[in-house]
Amino acid sequence: MIEVENLTKRYSGVTALDGISFHVGKGEIVGFLGPNGAGKSTTMRILSGFMPPSSGRASVAGYDVGRESLRAREHVGYMPENVPLYLEMRVTEYLRYRAALKGVRGRKVTERVNDVLELCNLTEVARKLIGKLSKGYRQRVGLADAMVHEPDLLILDEPTIGLDPNQIRQVRDLIRNLARHHTILLSSHILSEVEQTCHRVIIINRGKIEALDTPQNLRQRLRGGGEIRLEIHAANSAKAADELKRIAGIQSVAGDIDGDWHVFHLQTEAGSDPRPAIFHHCVKQGWQVRELTQARTSLEDVFVEMTQPE
Amino acid sequence: MRKLFILFGRELAQYFRSPLAYTVLCFFLVLTGFNFQFGVSSLNLQPLTTTIVEAFFNTVFFWYPFVLVFPLITMRIFSEEYKMGTIEPLMTAPVRDWQVVLAKYLGALVFYIVLWLPSLLYFVIFQNTTEFRAAEAVGAYLGAYAMLLLIGMFYTALGCLASALTQNQIVAAIISFCLVCLMFFMSLISFMTPQISPFLRALTSYLSPIEHMAEFSQGIFDSRPVVYYLSLTIFTLYLTLQVFQSRRWRTA
Repeated sequence: MIEVENLTKRYSGVTALDGISFHVGKGEIVGFLGPNGAGKSTTMRILSGFMPPSSGRASVAGYDVGRESLRAREHVGYMPENVPLYLEMRVTEYLRYRAALKGVRGRKVTERVNDVLELCNLTEVARKLIGKLSKGYRQRVGLADAMVHEPDLLILDEPTIGLDPNQIRQVRDLIRNLARHHTILLSSHILSEVEQTCHRVIIINRGKIEALDTPQNLRQRLRGGGEIRLEIHAANSAKAADELKRIAGIQSVAGDIDGDWHVFHLQTEAGSDPRPAIFHHCVKQGWQVRELTQARTSLEDVFVEMTQPE
Repeated sequence: MRKLFILFGRELAQYFRSPLAYTVLCFFLVLTGFNFQFGVSSLNLQPLTTTIVEAFFNTVFFWYPFVLVFPLITMRIFSEEYKMGTIEPLMTAPVRDWQVVLAKYLGALVFYIVLWLPSLLYFVIFQNTTEFRAAEAVGAYLGAYAMLLLIGMFYTALGCLASALTQNQIVAAIISFCLVCLMFFMSLISFMTPQISPFLRALTSYLSPIEHMAEFSQGIFDSRPVVYYLSLTIFTLYLTLQVFQSRRWRTA
Protein backbone atom coordinates (compact mmCIF):
# COMPACT_ATOMS: atom_id res chain seq x y z
CA MET A 1 0.00 0.00 0.00
CA ILE A 2 2.92 2.31 0.75
CA GLU A 3 6.28 2.00 -0.98
CA VAL A 4 9.01 4.38 0.11
CA GLU A 5 12.43 4.23 -1.44
CA ASN A 6 15.39 6.31 -0.44
CA LEU A 7 13.22 9.28 0.47
CA THR A 8 15.12 12.45 1.29
CA LYS A 9 13.81 15.86 2.25
CA ARG A 10 15.97 18.91 2.78
CA TYR A 11 14.75 22.29 3.91
CA SER A 12 17.10 25.21 3.63
CA GLY A 13 20.21 23.56 5.06
CA VAL A 14 18.46 21.02 7.27
CA THR A 15 18.10 17.39 6.29
CA ALA A 16 14.75 16.36 7.69
CA LEU A 17 14.71 12.95 6.03
CA ASP A 18 17.85 11.11 5.10
CA GLY A 19 17.16 8.37 2.60
CA ILE A 20 14.50 6.31 4.34
CA SER A 21 12.94 3.21 2.80
CA PHE A 22 10.06 1.07 3.99
CA HIS A 23 6.91 -0.50 2.78
CA VAL A 24 3.52 -1.11 4.29
CA GLY A 25 1.25 -3.89 3.14
CA LYS A 26 -2.51 -3.79 2.69
CA GLY A 27 -4.50 -3.97 5.91
CA GLU A 28 -1.58 -3.28 8.21
CA ILE A 29 -1.55 -0.78 11.06
CA VAL A 30 1.90 0.71 11.21
CA GLY A 31 3.07 3.04 13.94
CA PHE A 32 5.59 5.78 13.40
CA LEU A 33 7.62 6.50 16.48
CA GLY A 34 10.27 9.09 17.06
CA PRO A 35 11.23 12.11 19.11
CA ASN A 36 10.08 15.56 18.02
CA GLY A 37 11.73 16.70 14.83
CA ALA A 38 12.68 13.17 13.82
CA GLY A 39 10.94 13.42 10.48
CA LYS A 40 7.60 11.76 11.20
CA SER A 41 5.42 14.63 10.06
CA THR A 42 7.66 15.29 7.07
CA THR A 43 7.27 11.70 5.89
CA MET A 44 3.53 11.87 6.35
CA ARG A 45 3.25 15.16 4.52
CA ILE A 46 5.14 13.72 1.57
CA LEU A 47 3.00 10.58 1.52
CA SER A 48 -0.20 12.63 1.67
CA GLY A 49 0.93 14.73 -1.28
CA PHE A 50 1.24 17.98 0.65
CA MET A 51 4.84 18.53 -0.35
CA PRO A 52 7.28 16.91 -2.73
CA PRO A 53 10.41 15.05 -1.58
CA SER A 54 13.88 16.41 -2.43
CA SER A 55 14.84 13.03 -3.83
CA GLY A 56 13.75 9.44 -3.70
CA ARG A 57 10.45 7.83 -4.52
CA ALA A 58 7.24 7.28 -2.65
CA SER A 59 4.04 5.71 -3.84
CA VAL A 60 0.71 5.01 -2.20
CA ALA A 61 -1.89 2.58 -3.50
CA GLY A 62 0.30 2.13 -6.57
CA TYR A 63 0.43 5.82 -7.50
CA ASP A 64 3.60 7.87 -7.31
CA VAL A 65 3.03 10.81 -4.95
CA GLY A 66 5.04 13.12 -7.19
CA ARG A 67 3.98 12.25 -10.72
CA GLU A 68 0.44 11.05 -10.06
CA SER A 69 -0.21 13.26 -7.08
CA LEU A 70 -3.94 13.74 -7.64
CA ARG A 71 -4.54 10.03 -8.10
CA ALA A 72 -2.49 9.25 -5.02
CA ARG A 73 -4.36 11.85 -2.96
CA GLU A 74 -7.71 10.30 -3.93
CA HIS A 75 -6.62 7.11 -2.20
CA VAL A 76 -5.27 8.68 0.96
CA GLY A 77 -7.11 10.09 3.94
CA TYR A 78 -4.81 12.38 5.87
CA MET A 79 -5.29 13.88 9.29
CA PRO A 80 -2.62 16.50 10.00
CA GLU A 81 -1.14 17.14 13.41
CA ASN A 82 -3.33 19.36 15.63
CA VAL A 83 -6.23 18.81 13.21
CA PRO A 84 -6.68 22.15 11.46
CA LEU A 85 -10.35 22.71 10.55
CA TYR A 86 -12.50 25.56 9.31
CA LEU A 87 -13.87 26.77 12.61
CA GLU A 88 -16.72 28.80 11.11
CA MET A 89 -18.31 25.80 9.45
CA ARG A 90 -20.74 23.33 10.95
CA VAL A 91 -19.70 19.71 11.28
CA THR A 92 -22.02 18.29 8.63
CA GLU A 93 -21.44 21.22 6.33
CA TYR A 94 -17.68 20.74 6.58
CA LEU A 95 -17.83 17.01 5.99
CA ARG A 96 -20.12 17.46 2.98
CA TYR A 97 -17.72 20.00 1.53
CA ARG A 98 -14.73 17.73 2.11
CA ALA A 99 -16.51 14.71 0.67
CA ALA A 100 -17.43 16.60 -2.49
CA LEU A 101 -13.93 17.99 -2.79
CA LYS A 102 -12.48 14.51 -2.55
CA GLY A 103 -14.67 13.26 -5.37
CA VAL A 104 -17.68 11.73 -3.61
CA ARG A 105 -20.65 12.42 -5.86
CA GLY A 106 -24.35 13.12 -5.63
CA ARG A 107 -26.44 11.10 -3.23
CA LYS A 108 -23.34 9.26 -2.04
CA VAL A 109 -22.25 12.43 -0.21
CA THR A 110 -25.11 12.31 2.30
CA GLU A 111 -24.65 8.58 2.71
CA ARG A 112 -20.93 8.82 3.39
CA VAL A 113 -21.27 11.81 5.71
CA ASN A 114 -23.92 10.01 7.76
CA ASP A 115 -21.71 6.93 7.90
CA VAL A 116 -18.66 8.75 9.22
CA LEU A 117 -20.75 10.83 11.63
CA GLU A 118 -22.00 7.63 13.15
CA LEU A 119 -18.66 5.86 13.06
CA CYS A 120 -16.92 8.73 14.83
CA ASN A 121 -19.77 9.33 17.30
CA LEU A 122 -20.42 12.81 15.98
CA THR A 123 -24.15 12.58 15.37
CA GLU A 124 -25.03 14.64 18.42
CA VAL A 125 -22.79 17.54 17.39
CA ALA A 126 -23.50 17.31 13.65
CA ARG A 127 -25.14 20.72 13.51
CA LYS A 128 -22.70 22.56 15.77
CA LEU A 129 -20.02 24.98 14.71
CA ILE A 130 -16.61 23.31 14.67
CA GLY A 131 -15.14 26.28 16.55
CA LYS A 132 -17.45 25.53 19.48
CA LEU A 133 -16.39 21.90 19.82
CA SER A 134 -13.97 20.48 22.37
CA LYS A 135 -10.57 19.14 21.37
CA GLY A 136 -11.79 15.55 21.49
CA TYR A 137 -14.67 16.24 19.14
CA ARG A 138 -12.47 18.18 16.74
CA GLN A 139 -10.08 15.25 16.65
CA ARG A 140 -12.97 13.04 15.64
CA VAL A 141 -14.13 15.51 13.00
CA GLY A 142 -10.59 15.31 11.60
CA LEU A 143 -10.79 11.54 11.56
CA ALA A 144 -14.22 11.63 9.94
CA ASP A 145 -12.83 13.96 7.28
CA ALA A 146 -9.87 11.66 6.65
CA MET A 147 -12.11 8.70 5.86
CA VAL A 148 -15.12 10.35 4.30
CA HIS A 149 -14.06 9.40 0.76
CA GLU A 150 -13.36 5.77 1.69
CA PRO A 151 -9.62 5.92 1.13
CA ASP A 152 -7.54 2.76 1.04
CA LEU A 153 -4.95 4.33 3.28
CA LEU A 154 -5.32 6.49 6.36
CA ILE A 155 -2.40 8.63 7.46
CA LEU A 156 -2.93 9.99 10.95
CA ASP A 157 -0.39 12.37 12.43
CA GLU A 158 -0.56 12.20 16.24
CA PRO A 159 -4.22 11.17 16.39
CA THR A 160 -4.36 11.13 20.20
CA ILE A 161 -2.22 14.11 21.16
CA GLY A 162 -3.87 16.46 23.63
CA LEU A 163 -6.73 14.14 24.52
CA ASP A 164 -7.69 12.94 27.96
CA PRO A 165 -7.38 9.22 28.80
CA ASN A 166 -11.04 8.48 28.03
CA GLN A 167 -10.86 10.19 24.69
CA ILE A 168 -7.60 8.41 23.91
CA ARG A 169 -9.29 5.11 24.55
CA GLN A 170 -12.21 6.07 22.29
CA VAL A 171 -9.92 7.12 19.46
CA ARG A 172 -7.81 3.99 19.88
CA ASP A 173 -10.88 1.76 19.66
CA LEU A 174 -12.00 3.68 16.63
CA ILE A 175 -8.65 3.16 14.92
CA ARG A 176 -8.73 -0.56 15.66
CA ASN A 177 -12.17 -0.78 14.11
CA LEU A 178 -11.02 1.11 11.05
CA ALA A 179 -8.27 -1.41 10.44
CA ARG A 180 -10.82 -3.82 9.06
CA HIS A 181 -11.26 -1.70 5.95
CA HIS A 182 -8.21 0.53 5.80
CA THR A 183 -4.47 0.39 5.93
CA ILE A 184 -3.32 2.79 8.62
CA LEU A 185 -0.11 4.67 9.18
CA LEU A 186 -0.12 6.62 12.41
CA SER A 187 2.45 8.51 14.39
CA SER A 188 2.58 8.89 18.12
CA HIS A 189 4.66 9.73 21.12
CA ILE A 190 2.65 7.50 23.34
CA LEU A 191 4.36 4.17 23.14
CA SER A 192 1.82 2.04 24.90
CA GLU A 193 -0.58 3.39 22.32
CA VAL A 194 1.45 2.12 19.41
CA GLU A 195 2.11 -1.14 21.17
CA GLN A 196 -1.58 -1.78 21.59
CA THR A 197 -2.79 -0.80 18.16
CA CYS A 198 -0.01 -1.42 15.67
CA HIS A 199 1.12 -4.53 13.86
CA ARG A 200 4.46 -3.03 13.05
CA VAL A 201 6.49 -0.13 14.36
CA ILE A 202 8.91 2.14 12.56
CA ILE A 203 11.27 3.95 14.87
CA ILE A 204 12.69 7.02 13.22
CA ASN A 205 15.31 9.38 14.57
CA ARG A 206 17.04 12.34 12.99
CA GLY A 207 15.69 11.50 9.56
CA LYS A 208 16.78 7.86 9.61
CA ILE A 209 14.95 4.65 10.32
CA GLU A 210 16.43 3.05 13.43
CA ALA A 211 14.18 0.04 13.53
CA LEU A 212 11.25 -1.48 11.70
CA ASP A 213 9.62 -4.53 13.24
CA THR A 214 6.71 -5.87 15.22
CA PRO A 215 6.47 -4.56 18.80
CA GLN A 216 7.19 -8.10 20.09
CA ASN A 217 10.33 -8.49 18.03
CA LEU A 218 11.56 -5.03 18.97
CA ARG A 219 11.22 -5.89 22.61
CA GLN A 220 13.13 -9.11 22.12
CA ARG A 221 15.78 -7.47 20.07
CA LEU A 222 16.63 -5.15 22.93
CA ARG A 223 17.05 -7.74 25.64
CA GLY A 224 17.82 -10.71 23.45
CA GLY A 225 15.32 -12.72 25.45
CA GLY A 226 13.06 -11.93 28.32
CA GLU A 227 13.33 -11.89 32.04
CA ILE A 228 11.50 -14.06 34.51
CA ARG A 229 10.99 -13.15 38.12
CA LEU A 230 10.73 -16.04 40.52
CA GLU A 231 10.17 -15.81 44.27
CA ILE A 232 10.52 -19.03 46.24
CA HIS A 233 11.10 -20.33 49.69
CA ALA A 234 14.01 -22.77 49.45
CA ALA A 235 16.35 -24.21 52.03
CA ASN A 236 19.55 -23.51 50.12
CA SER A 237 19.48 -20.57 47.76
CA ALA A 238 22.88 -21.23 46.14
CA LYS A 239 21.88 -24.81 45.37
CA ALA A 240 18.49 -23.62 44.06
CA ALA A 241 20.18 -21.07 41.79
CA ASP A 242 22.44 -23.80 40.43
CA GLU A 243 19.54 -26.06 39.69
CA LEU A 244 17.52 -23.32 38.03
CA LYS A 245 20.39 -22.50 35.73
CA ARG A 246 20.31 -26.05 34.38
CA ILE A 247 16.71 -25.69 33.12
CA ALA A 248 16.62 -25.44 29.34
CA GLY A 249 16.15 -21.91 28.04
CA ILE A 250 17.64 -20.10 30.99
CA GLN A 251 20.80 -18.13 30.38
CA SER A 252 21.71 -16.65 33.72
CA VAL A 253 20.41 -16.39 37.23
CA ALA A 254 20.73 -13.50 39.64
CA GLY A 255 19.53 -13.81 43.21
CA ASP A 256 18.25 -11.53 45.88
CA ILE A 257 16.76 -11.94 49.34
CA ASP A 258 13.52 -10.51 50.63
CA GLY A 259 13.11 -11.62 54.25
CA ASP A 260 12.59 -15.39 54.16
CA TRP A 261 12.08 -15.38 50.42
CA HIS A 262 14.59 -15.77 47.64
CA VAL A 263 14.01 -13.60 44.65
CA PHE A 264 15.56 -14.77 41.38
CA HIS A 265 15.86 -12.82 38.11
CA LEU A 266 16.24 -15.34 35.35
CA GLN A 267 17.36 -14.21 31.89
CA THR A 268 15.85 -16.40 29.22
CA GLU A 269 16.95 -17.10 25.69
CA ALA A 270 15.12 -15.42 22.83
CA GLY A 271 11.95 -17.22 21.89
CA SER A 272 11.83 -19.60 24.82
CA ASP A 273 9.41 -19.69 27.72
CA PRO A 274 10.74 -21.96 30.45
CA ARG A 275 8.06 -21.05 32.99
CA PRO A 276 6.30 -24.48 32.99
CA ALA A 277 9.66 -26.20 33.44
CA ILE A 278 10.48 -23.90 36.34
CA PHE A 279 7.16 -24.64 37.96
CA HIS A 280 7.65 -28.40 37.63
CA HIS A 281 11.08 -28.13 39.13
CA CYS A 282 9.80 -26.13 42.09
CA VAL A 283 7.08 -28.71 42.73
CA LYS A 284 9.57 -31.53 42.53
CA GLN A 285 11.88 -29.84 45.01
CA GLY A 286 9.04 -28.86 47.29
CA TRP A 287 9.81 -25.12 47.10
CA GLN A 288 6.99 -22.77 47.95
CA VAL A 289 6.36 -20.38 45.06
CA ARG A 290 5.15 -16.83 45.74
CA GLU A 291 5.61 -15.35 42.29
CA LEU A 292 6.48 -16.55 38.82
CA THR A 293 6.13 -13.84 36.19
CA GLN A 294 7.62 -12.81 32.91
CA ALA A 295 8.79 -9.22 33.03
CA ARG A 296 7.89 -7.36 29.84
CA THR A 297 10.30 -5.00 28.21
CA SER A 298 8.15 -2.12 27.13
CA LEU A 299 8.47 -0.45 23.81
CA GLU A 300 9.46 2.57 25.78
CA ASP A 301 12.80 0.97 26.62
CA VAL A 302 13.37 0.16 22.97
CA PHE A 303 12.48 3.68 22.00
CA VAL A 304 14.77 5.32 24.54
CA GLU A 305 17.61 2.96 23.69
CA MET A 306 17.36 3.62 19.97
CA THR A 307 16.75 7.33 19.90
CA GLN A 308 19.03 8.50 22.67
CA PRO A 309 21.81 10.75 21.43
CA GLU A 310 25.16 9.03 22.00
CA MET B 1 -14.26 22.14 -13.24
CA ARG B 2 -16.36 20.49 -10.52
CA LYS B 3 -13.56 20.88 -8.00
CA LEU B 4 -13.15 24.52 -8.94
CA PHE B 5 -16.83 25.11 -8.38
CA ILE B 6 -16.84 23.38 -4.97
CA LEU B 7 -13.82 25.39 -3.84
CA PHE B 8 -15.31 28.61 -5.17
CA GLY B 9 -18.59 27.94 -3.38
CA ARG B 10 -16.83 27.56 -0.05
CA GLU B 11 -14.71 30.65 -0.60
CA LEU B 12 -17.71 32.81 -1.33
CA ALA B 13 -19.79 31.35 1.49
CA GLN B 14 -16.82 31.89 3.82
CA TYR B 15 -17.29 35.66 3.49
CA PHE B 16 -20.79 35.45 4.82
CA ARG B 17 -19.82 33.17 7.70
CA SER B 18 -17.62 35.83 9.24
CA PRO B 19 -18.55 39.28 10.51
CA LEU B 20 -15.96 40.74 8.13
CA ALA B 21 -18.26 40.56 5.14
CA TYR B 22 -21.08 42.38 6.90
CA THR B 23 -18.73 45.01 8.26
CA VAL B 24 -17.27 45.66 4.83
CA LEU B 25 -20.70 45.70 3.22
CA CYS B 26 -21.93 48.19 5.79
CA PHE B 27 -18.88 50.43 5.50
CA PHE B 28 -19.19 50.35 1.75
CA LEU B 29 -22.90 51.14 1.70
CA VAL B 30 -22.42 54.13 3.96
CA LEU B 31 -19.60 55.55 1.87
CA THR B 32 -21.20 54.97 -1.53
CA GLY B 33 -24.49 56.29 -0.18
CA PHE B 34 -22.74 59.42 0.97
CA ASN B 35 -21.00 59.67 -2.38
CA PHE B 36 -24.32 59.43 -4.18
CA GLN B 37 -25.86 62.07 -1.98
CA PHE B 38 -22.84 64.29 -2.67
CA GLY B 39 -23.26 63.75 -6.41
CA VAL B 40 -26.94 64.59 -6.35
CA SER B 41 -26.51 67.71 -4.26
CA SER B 42 -23.65 69.01 -6.40
CA LEU B 43 -25.87 68.55 -9.46
CA ASN B 44 -28.52 70.56 -7.63
CA LEU B 45 -26.22 73.47 -6.96
CA GLN B 46 -24.56 73.84 -10.34
CA PRO B 47 -25.90 73.92 -13.86
CA LEU B 48 -26.04 70.41 -15.22
CA THR B 49 -22.88 69.51 -17.12
CA THR B 50 -22.45 65.88 -16.16
CA THR B 51 -24.81 63.02 -15.51
CA ILE B 52 -25.23 61.41 -12.11
CA VAL B 53 -23.38 58.27 -13.26
CA GLU B 54 -20.37 60.36 -14.24
CA ALA B 55 -20.54 62.31 -11.01
CA PHE B 56 -20.85 59.17 -8.94
CA PHE B 57 -17.81 57.39 -10.34
CA ASN B 58 -15.44 60.31 -10.52
CA THR B 59 -15.28 61.83 -7.06
CA VAL B 60 -12.80 61.49 -4.21
CA PHE B 61 -15.58 59.89 -2.18
CA PHE B 62 -15.75 57.16 -4.74
CA TRP B 63 -12.03 56.47 -4.97
CA TYR B 64 -11.29 56.36 -1.23
CA PRO B 65 -13.49 53.43 -0.34
CA PHE B 66 -12.54 51.91 -3.66
CA VAL B 67 -8.83 51.49 -2.84
CA LEU B 68 -9.56 50.54 0.78
CA VAL B 69 -11.90 47.70 -0.01
CA PHE B 70 -9.39 45.39 -1.74
CA PRO B 71 -7.10 44.77 1.24
CA LEU B 72 -10.18 44.11 3.36
CA ILE B 73 -11.69 41.50 1.09
CA THR B 74 -8.48 39.71 0.12
CA MET B 75 -6.29 39.75 3.22
CA ARG B 76 -7.58 36.52 4.69
CA ILE B 77 -7.87 34.31 1.64
CA PHE B 78 -4.46 32.64 1.83
CA SER B 79 -3.02 34.03 5.06
CA GLU B 80 -5.75 32.54 7.20
CA GLU B 81 -5.25 29.09 5.71
CA TYR B 82 -1.51 29.26 6.35
CA LYS B 83 -2.01 30.47 9.90
CA MET B 84 -4.70 27.99 10.88
CA GLY B 85 -2.94 25.13 9.12
CA THR B 86 -6.06 24.38 7.08
CA ILE B 87 -3.87 24.61 4.01
CA GLU B 88 -2.78 21.04 4.81
CA PRO B 89 -6.15 19.32 4.57
CA LEU B 90 -6.94 21.55 1.61
CA MET B 91 -3.86 20.67 -0.41
CA THR B 92 -3.95 16.97 0.45
CA ALA B 93 -7.39 16.73 -1.12
CA PRO B 94 -7.21 15.86 -4.81
CA VAL B 95 -7.22 19.44 -6.10
CA ARG B 96 -4.74 21.23 -8.31
CA ASP B 97 -2.88 24.32 -7.13
CA TRP B 98 -4.31 26.51 -9.87
CA GLN B 99 -7.83 25.44 -8.97
CA VAL B 100 -7.31 26.64 -5.42
CA VAL B 101 -5.79 29.97 -6.50
CA LEU B 102 -8.48 30.59 -9.09
CA ALA B 103 -11.31 29.60 -6.75
CA LYS B 104 -10.05 31.94 -4.06
CA TYR B 105 -9.63 34.74 -6.56
CA LEU B 106 -13.10 34.27 -8.02
CA GLY B 107 -14.61 34.11 -4.54
CA ALA B 108 -13.09 37.48 -3.68
CA LEU B 109 -14.08 38.94 -7.04
CA VAL B 110 -17.68 37.85 -6.73
CA PHE B 111 -17.83 39.33 -3.24
CA TYR B 112 -16.50 42.57 -4.71
CA ILE B 113 -19.27 42.48 -7.30
CA VAL B 114 -21.82 41.89 -4.54
CA LEU B 115 -20.54 45.05 -2.86
CA TRP B 116 -21.50 47.07 -5.92
CA LEU B 117 -24.93 45.60 -6.48
CA PRO B 118 -26.81 48.02 -4.19
CA SER B 119 -25.38 50.96 -6.12
CA LEU B 120 -27.39 49.93 -9.19
CA LEU B 121 -30.48 50.73 -7.18
CA TYR B 122 -29.34 54.32 -6.65
CA PHE B 123 -29.63 55.12 -10.32
CA VAL B 124 -32.99 53.42 -10.67
CA ILE B 125 -34.30 55.50 -7.78
CA PHE B 126 -32.72 58.62 -9.22
CA GLN B 127 -34.32 58.14 -12.60
CA ASN B 128 -37.73 57.45 -11.08
CA THR B 129 -37.81 60.35 -8.67
CA THR B 130 -36.28 63.05 -10.88
CA GLU B 131 -37.08 63.63 -14.49
CA PHE B 132 -33.36 63.50 -15.35
CA ARG B 133 -31.75 60.53 -16.92
CA ALA B 134 -29.05 58.89 -14.81
CA ALA B 135 -26.74 58.52 -17.78
CA GLU B 136 -26.64 59.78 -21.34
CA ALA B 137 -27.02 56.30 -22.73
CA VAL B 138 -26.92 52.64 -21.81
CA GLY B 139 -23.28 52.67 -22.87
CA ALA B 140 -22.35 54.98 -20.03
CA TYR B 141 -23.88 52.59 -17.51
CA LEU B 142 -22.18 49.62 -19.06
CA GLY B 143 -18.93 51.50 -19.39
CA ALA B 144 -18.83 52.59 -15.78
CA TYR B 145 -19.64 49.15 -14.45
CA ALA B 146 -17.32 47.42 -16.92
CA MET B 147 -14.47 49.64 -15.75
CA LEU B 148 -15.43 48.95 -12.15
CA LEU B 149 -15.12 45.25 -12.91
CA LEU B 150 -11.87 45.58 -14.84
CA ILE B 151 -10.07 47.61 -12.19
CA GLY B 152 -11.59 45.36 -9.54
CA MET B 153 -10.26 42.26 -11.29
CA PHE B 154 -6.72 43.59 -11.28
CA TYR B 155 -6.73 44.96 -7.75
CA THR B 156 -8.32 41.81 -6.35
CA ALA B 157 -5.52 39.81 -7.99
CA LEU B 158 -2.99 42.10 -6.30
CA GLY B 159 -4.68 41.40 -2.98
CA CYS B 160 -4.47 37.64 -3.64
CA LEU B 161 -0.77 37.93 -4.34
CA ALA B 162 -0.21 39.84 -1.09
CA SER B 163 -2.19 37.28 0.90
CA ALA B 164 -0.27 34.37 -0.64
CA LEU B 165 2.98 35.94 0.54
CA THR B 166 2.40 35.85 4.28
CA GLN B 167 0.54 34.06 7.04
CA ASN B 168 -0.16 37.35 8.80
CA GLN B 169 -3.42 38.94 7.66
CA ILE B 170 -2.41 42.43 8.77
CA VAL B 171 0.83 42.23 6.82
CA ALA B 172 -1.11 40.93 3.82
CA ALA B 173 -3.53 43.86 4.09
CA ILE B 174 -0.69 46.37 4.26
CA ILE B 175 1.12 44.83 1.28
CA SER B 176 -2.00 44.81 -0.84
CA PHE B 177 -2.89 48.34 0.23
CA CYS B 178 0.59 49.48 -0.85
CA LEU B 179 0.35 47.65 -4.18
CA VAL B 180 -3.10 49.03 -4.91
CA CYS B 181 -2.06 52.55 -3.93
CA LEU B 182 1.07 52.30 -6.02
CA MET B 183 -0.96 51.38 -9.10
CA PHE B 184 -3.58 53.97 -8.29
CA PHE B 185 -1.52 56.99 -7.30
CA MET B 186 0.99 56.50 -10.09
CA SER B 187 -1.45 58.49 -12.17
CA LEU B 188 -1.26 61.41 -9.79
CA ILE B 189 2.46 61.97 -10.34
CA SER B 190 1.74 64.52 -13.05
CA PHE B 191 -0.37 66.52 -10.57
CA MET B 192 2.25 66.40 -7.88
CA THR B 193 5.24 67.34 -10.04
CA PRO B 194 4.13 69.70 -12.83
CA GLN B 195 7.65 69.79 -14.38
CA ILE B 196 7.47 66.14 -15.30
CA SER B 197 8.47 65.23 -18.86
CA PRO B 198 5.63 65.04 -21.38
CA PHE B 199 6.45 61.40 -22.03
CA LEU B 200 5.96 60.42 -18.37
CA ARG B 201 2.85 62.53 -18.19
CA ALA B 202 1.38 60.72 -21.18
CA LEU B 203 2.45 57.35 -19.83
CA THR B 204 0.93 57.85 -16.39
CA SER B 205 -2.29 59.16 -17.87
CA TYR B 206 -2.51 56.02 -20.05
CA LEU B 207 -2.19 53.89 -16.92
CA SER B 208 -4.44 56.04 -14.75
CA PRO B 209 -7.60 54.37 -13.46
CA ILE B 210 -9.05 57.83 -12.94
CA GLU B 211 -8.69 58.62 -16.63
CA HIS B 212 -10.06 55.21 -17.57
CA MET B 213 -13.09 55.66 -15.39
CA ALA B 214 -13.73 59.18 -16.65
CA GLU B 215 -13.74 57.91 -20.21
CA PHE B 216 -15.80 54.79 -19.64
CA SER B 217 -18.43 56.50 -17.50
CA GLN B 218 -19.10 58.85 -20.41
CA GLY B 219 -19.78 55.80 -22.52
CA ILE B 220 -16.53 55.95 -24.46
CA PHE B 221 -15.05 52.55 -25.11
CA ASP B 222 -11.29 52.22 -25.43
CA SER B 223 -9.70 48.80 -25.89
CA ARG B 224 -6.34 49.80 -24.41
CA PRO B 225 -7.40 49.83 -20.74
CA VAL B 226 -9.23 46.56 -21.27
CA VAL B 227 -6.08 44.86 -22.53
CA TYR B 228 -4.06 46.54 -19.79
CA TYR B 229 -6.23 45.32 -16.92
CA LEU B 230 -6.85 41.85 -18.31
CA SER B 231 -3.19 41.14 -18.99
CA LEU B 232 -2.08 42.47 -15.60
CA THR B 233 -4.76 40.40 -13.88
CA ILE B 234 -3.57 37.23 -15.57
CA PHE B 235 0.05 38.05 -14.84
CA THR B 236 -0.65 38.76 -11.16
CA LEU B 237 -2.62 35.54 -10.80
CA TYR B 238 0.25 33.66 -12.38
CA LEU B 239 2.64 35.21 -9.86
CA THR B 240 0.24 34.28 -7.06
CA LEU B 241 0.24 30.67 -8.22
CA GLN B 242 4.04 30.62 -8.24
CA VAL B 243 4.25 32.13 -4.75
CA PHE B 244 1.61 29.74 -3.47
CA GLN B 245 3.43 26.71 -4.83
CA SER B 246 6.89 27.72 -3.72
CA ARG B 247 5.66 28.41 -0.20
CA ARG B 248 4.47 24.86 0.13
CA TRP B 249 7.76 23.46 -1.15
CA ARG B 250 9.70 25.37 1.42
CA THR B 251 7.61 25.28 4.59
CA ALA B 252 8.76 22.91 7.31
